[in-house]
Amino acid sequence: MSLSDMGNYETRRTLETFGFLPKMDNNDIQAQVAYILANGWAPAIEHEHPSNSMDVYWTMWKLPFFGETDMGNVLAELEACHRAFPDHHVRLTGYDNYSQTQGSCFVVFEGRS
Amino acid sequence: MAEKSYQAGVKEYRDKYWTPDYVPLDTDLLACFKVTGQPGVPNEEVAAAVAAESSTGTWSTVWSELLTDLEFYKGRAYRIEDVPGDPESFYTFVAYPIDLFEEGSVVNVLTSLVGNVFGFKALKHLRLEDIRFPIAYIKTCGGPPAGINVERDRLNKYGRPMLGATIKPKLGLSAKNYGRAVYECLRGGLDLTKDDENVNSQPFMRWRDRFEFVAEAIDKAERETGERKGHYLNVTASTPEEMYKRAEFAKEVGCPIIMHDFLTGGFTANTGLANWCRDNGMLLHIHRAMHAVIDRHPKHGIHFRVLAKCLRLSGGDHLHTGTVVGKLEGDRNSTLGFVDQLRESFVPEDRSRGVFFDQDWGSMPGVFAVASGGIHVWHMPALVTIFGDDSVLQFGGGTQGHPWGNAAGACANRVALEASVKARNEGRQIEKEARDILTEAARTSPELAIAMETWKEIVFEFETVDKLDVN
Repeated sequence: MSLSDMGNYETRRTLETFGFLPKMDNNDIQAQVAYILANGWAPAIEHEHPSNSMDVYWTMWKLPFFGETDMGNVLAELEACHRAFPDHHVRLTGYDNYSQTQGSCFVVFEGRS
Repeated sequence: MAEKSYQAGVKEYRDKYWTPDYVPLDTDLLACFKVTGQPGVPNEEVAAAVAAESSTGTWSTVWSELLTDLEFYKGRAYRIEDVPGDPESFYTFVAYPIDLFEEGSVVNVLTSLVGNVFGFKALKHLRLEDIRFPIAYIKTCGGPPAGINVERDRLNKYGRPMLGATIKPKLGLSAKNYGRAVYECLRGGLDLTKDDENVNSQPFMRWRDRFEFVAEAIDKAERETGERKGHYLNVTASTPEEMYKRAEFAKEVGCPIIMHDFLTGGFTANTGLANWCRDNGMLLHIHRAMHAVIDRHPKHGIHFRVLAKCLRLSGGDHLHTGTVVGKLEGDRNSTLGFVDQLRESFVPEDRSRGVFFDQDWGSMPGVFAVASGGIHVWHMPALVTIFGDDSVLQFGGGTQGHPWGNAAGACANRVALEASVKARNEGRQIEKEARDILTEAARTSPELAIAMETWKEIVFEFETVDKLDVN
C-alpha cells in the first residue's frame, strides 16, 4: 500500500457498546428495546454530563421499568429524558435480575460536549 | 473385631475394585476414563486396575491394609461402556469417596487420578475424559478471583463479547515500542490486549519496564476513548516469589488484570495466584500453553474439558478455549461442551458434546471463554454465534496485520463485532448472513472494508484430530 493510500486513524470517544456503529435511527433503537424485553430484562435509563462519562454510576431517570412490556413506553421515556437533559449522554440498560448483570447497555443519545 | 486374616500374594483387581452394583453417592467424585487394554486382559480387570491404581490399591496385598477399612476408602469401577466406532477401547466409570482428596486441591485430585495409573503396563492407552466434582468438593475451592459478572462491572463491558489482541511480534520488542503497540490497539477500539505467553522477562524487554510502559498506554487510551481498557500483564515466572513480585507491581501501576500460564506454571502456582488476585482486586487471565501435549491424542492423556474444570476450581477469570474456526484445533460440539463447564451453574450430561456427567457448579463464578488464534473479521459473526457474549475474542494478526496499522485494525474488528451483535439482537441469523452483515457495516467503515479485502481468502480447513466418539 502506498503512503497516499494509507488512512490515518483518529481516536474516537466511543462510550462502550455500539459506540463504533453509525447513529441508530428509531427502528434500530426499537429493535434493541425489543431484544431487552424479549429476554425478560428490566429496561432502565441513565443520563450523565459528558464530562463525567467515565463515572461508574450515572444518574437514574426514574426507576428501572420493572414489568414494562410496551416498547412504545420505553421509547417515550428515552425521548423524555433526552428532552430534559439535552446536554447529557442518555443510555439504555437491560437489567438481568437472574444473573445480576446488565444484559445490554448502550448510549442512545450523545450529549453535546 | 478382626474378621479378615492376612493372606500375602497378588489378587485380581476385579475381586475388590469392580463393583457393577454400586450406586454412586452424591458426594463421590466420579471419573470417566477411555481405556485401551493390552490384548487378552478382560475389560473388567482393566477397569478395576484403573480404579485401584488411582485410589487405594497397589499390585500386592499388604498387611497394613487390615489396619483400615479399605471398603470405605477404595475407588470403585462401577460401569463399563463401549466406545462408539472404536472396538479396541471402552469407557470405564470410577467412583472415588470424597475423603480421598484434600479439600480445595485440584493438585491432589489430579495426582491421584492421572498419576501412576497412566504408566500402568496392562494399559496400552488411557485417557481421562471427564470428572464429576461433587458440589461438596466444589464448595471447598476458591474458583475465579472475580468471575464474569464482577469483571463486566469493573471494566464496564455489557451486552457483547470483549475484544482483545495478543501483541505481536511475540518476542523481540523493546518495552517502549511494545507499549506503543498496546496503545495503538486500545485507542482503536480493543478492550484488552495481551502479553504473548512466552513474554516473561527476557533480555530485550525486562518485565518491570514493560509494566510501566503498558500502564501508560492503558491510561492514555482510557482518557482519549472514554472507555475502560486493560492489558494482561504476564506474571508467569520461574518461581512463585518472582511471580508475586510481578503481580504486586502490576497492581501498583494500576493495571486491572494479570495473566498466568496454568499448565507450565502448575496448579499450585495458579491457585496461589488466584487467591492473591481475589485478595487484591485483580482480574486473572489464564493461558494454556502445553495443553495440546496433554489433550490432543484421542486415546491417551486428559481431555481439555477436565483441564478446564480444574482451572475453574483452581481459579481464573478467563481461559483460552480455542476458536473452532481459526488456525488451532477444535471440534465445535466438544468446544461448546467445555465452554459450558466454564460459564454455567449447572451442565447436564450430553454425550453429543462429550459431557459424561451432570455437573453442578453451585454458586461458583463463571470464567470468560477466550477465543484466540488465527481469526479475523470474516470469522466475527460465527464467533459471536459460537461463543456468545461471555467471551473474549482475540485477534492478534487480525488486528495488527491491518494495512493501516493496529488502531485501524482494532477499529475494523470492533465495527464487525458490534454489527454482528446488533444484527443478532435484531433476530438475524448472523452466521448465515455473515457476508451481508459485514458488507453493510463496511459501508461506513473504511477500516473494516480494507480488513475484509486483506483477509478474504484466508481459511483454515483441516480435519479435526481429536473428534468426539460418535457413530
